[in-house]
Amino acid sequence: MKLMSLSGKLIAAAAAISLGLTACGGTTPANPTDSPAATGGGGGGEASGDLSITFLPKNLGNPYFDTSSKGGKAAVEEFKGTFAEVGPASATPDAQVSYINTLTQQQVGAIVVSANDPQAICDALNEARDAGTKVVTFDSDTNPECRDLFVSQADAAGIAKVQVDMIAEQIGDAGEIAILSASANATNQNAWIDLMKKDLADNHPNIKMVEVVYGDDDDQTSFDKTAALIQTYPELKGIVSPTTVGIAAAARYLSTSSAKGKVAITGLGTPNQMREYVKDGTVKEFALWNPEDLGYLSAFAAKNLIDGTIKGAEGDSFEAGKLGKFTVGADSVVLLGDPYRFNADNIDDFDF
Amino acid sequence: MMSLERTYQDYGHPLWRRWLVNRESAIIVLLIAVLAYASIAVPKFATPATLTYLLLDVATILMIALAMTPIMITGDIDLSVGSMVGLSSVVFGVLFQAGWSIPVAIIAALAVGALGGALNGLLVTRIGLPALAVTIGTMALFRGIAVGLLGTTAVTKFPKEWTSLAKAKIPGTPIPMVMILFVVLLIAFALMLHFSSFGRGVYAIGRSKDAAAFYGVNVARTRLILFIISGVIAALGGIYYTLRYGSARGDNATGLELQVIAAVVLGGVSVFGGRGALHGVIAGVLLIGALSSALRLANVTADVINIITGVLLVVSVVASSLIDWVQARRTKRLNRTSSTPQPATVG
Repeated sequence: MKLMSLSGKLIAAAAAISLGLTACGGTTPANPTDSPAATGGGGGGEASGDLSITFLPKNLGNPYFDTSSKGGKAAVEEFKGTFAEVGPASATPDAQVSYINTLTQQQVGAIVVSANDPQAICDALNEARDAGTKVVTFDSDTNPECRDLFVSQADAAGIAKVQVDMIAEQIGDAGEIAILSASANATNQNAWIDLMKKDLADNHPNIKMVEVVYGDDDDQTSFDKTAALIQTYPELKGIVSPTTVGIAAAARYLSTSSAKGKVAITGLGTPNQMREYVKDGTVKEFALWNPEDLGYLSAFAAKNLIDGTIKGAEGDSFEAGKLGKFTVGADSVVLLGDPYRFNADNIDDFDF
Repeated sequence: MMSLERTYQDYGHPLWRRWLVNRESAIIVLLIAVLAYASIAVPKFATPATLTYLLLDVATILMIALAMTPIMITGDIDLSVGSMVGLSSVVFGVLFQAGWSIPVAIIAALAVGALGGALNGLLVTRIGLPALAVTIGTMALFRGIAVGLLGTTAVTKFPKEWTSLAKAKIPGTPIPMVMILFVVLLIAFALMLHFSSFGRGVYAIGRSKDAAAFYGVNVARTRLILFIISGVIAALGGIYYTLRYGSARGDNATGLELQVIAAVVLGGVSVFGGRGALHGVIAGVLLIGALSSALRLANVTADVINIITGVLLVVSVVASSLIDWVQARRTKRLNRTSSTPQPATVG
């Protein structure tokens, strides 16, 4: 009995080992995707005509990226390509690098990525480009030398301005405000915050920005940081949260807090997340672009790069389905448009 | 007591059987099975590029797991390694930005690792606090300093020759250069843990601290040394991580400690101490890495990958406890039978 079970184990082990050896032997000759050494510049790949387009958001399970991917999928289906979405469970650059490497091996036509770090995923993207894959960044850019095109949701100045305008209108252009951001290293949030500080200093001398706190785009952390802000600064008049997770968590805290009505909340949010807080009066107005359009435009940009219609150079122009014609600007950036303000009057026209 | 009985039972089997039928071999067989199955079933898995990317992805975890293994064998744990990766990354980056040469900045970052490890070790051995509590504290402390030092910025302009070295392959092979460093470390740790009296002391501490002390092992000194080594290796991992991704940031490698501990436990190191070996740990790291790599190539989503590795970990821990329990019962029964007088005519 004992002997039998032991020999059984041995046979199984031997079988597995021999299987493994055959498999290892088989790996050596199959060498199609051994990527050439990254040369840094990258992007020399020829147009492959393979319309397989994979979206790689910062992380999965984020409603904002669910919406942009929805737009991307609609576009890809329109031009009869193959759509896929992959991504890490949490928004870290090292996990994104693993996914980019996988996509390089799979030799997809284009990667459409929102970068968790402008530098850390750079070399991996250039390796993908050397292997012939086109790279479009959207939402959050990498360094310009690591991608063919950046599809920008709105220019930073416009985003910063709309948020400063909204908070100034809501608090009567005077008093203490705070900012609830995403992670301390979020590329776009930091750029906007710097511009907002400058706009406040130049044009709104009576508004005092007391602190920037970071909710790490985590609902609970953002909720707790909101509570802490309101306790720490009893004179606080408003909170600006330039991230969809942050503004929703802040509004949720405020909607049941005694500070409701005294502290204004605005920033960047999505209509579906903010609808109940706009309806119950916690939030007057917030802004965003349409992430669905952003994904849609990014997918069309990727298609045109694969087709060879555009190279990503300044002045290149292309048709993006229902959105019309777009022209590539300086640094290979395509601009979606101005931010859009959502309030009680128009929020029910939107569903994302 | 149960563990002592198990020891006698283990040693009651011939050497070849102890080598073939144990936790480490089971993980190695499982690893080979996963590699074999993925090579057949997953398109593009059986390519050299897979091996390159897999080894680059797990290199930091592999190094840190080497140092985590002896710590967990003594029954301690070091949860601060992920934060130490972040801290050493930032120290390295900040010093480089301040004009220090790369080698000097590396040495300084390693020194920070040694100091952090010494802090852990002294709090555990001199004050007598549990390692779990101490390293949860230093996990927050190191991460806090790291994020505080660099704030919202990142240091990225590392010299190309260093960042490409971190990704370079050994000429003519798909194996990254960093594996040479890993193998050197592996040999050092294997000699220390499996072929020295210091290493036997490590196992003895895990079985019983009192017995080990009585036997002549300097328990406090051994544990302190292991924490210092863990800090230095985590710092080394941090330097490698920084060069590999070309970016020194305060939040680098957040949560890495759990990946390391998961792989170490999967590799057969008992969370109660006293048991484990480096070859099992390496197989554990590679198993998790290979699974993730294969599942990614098979277009399985990140959530499902986490669920699969989680289930694997739970099953392996439960299975090993179950085996221990069955063996302990059998030993008891055997002891009972052998203590009854045997008739002289047997045989």
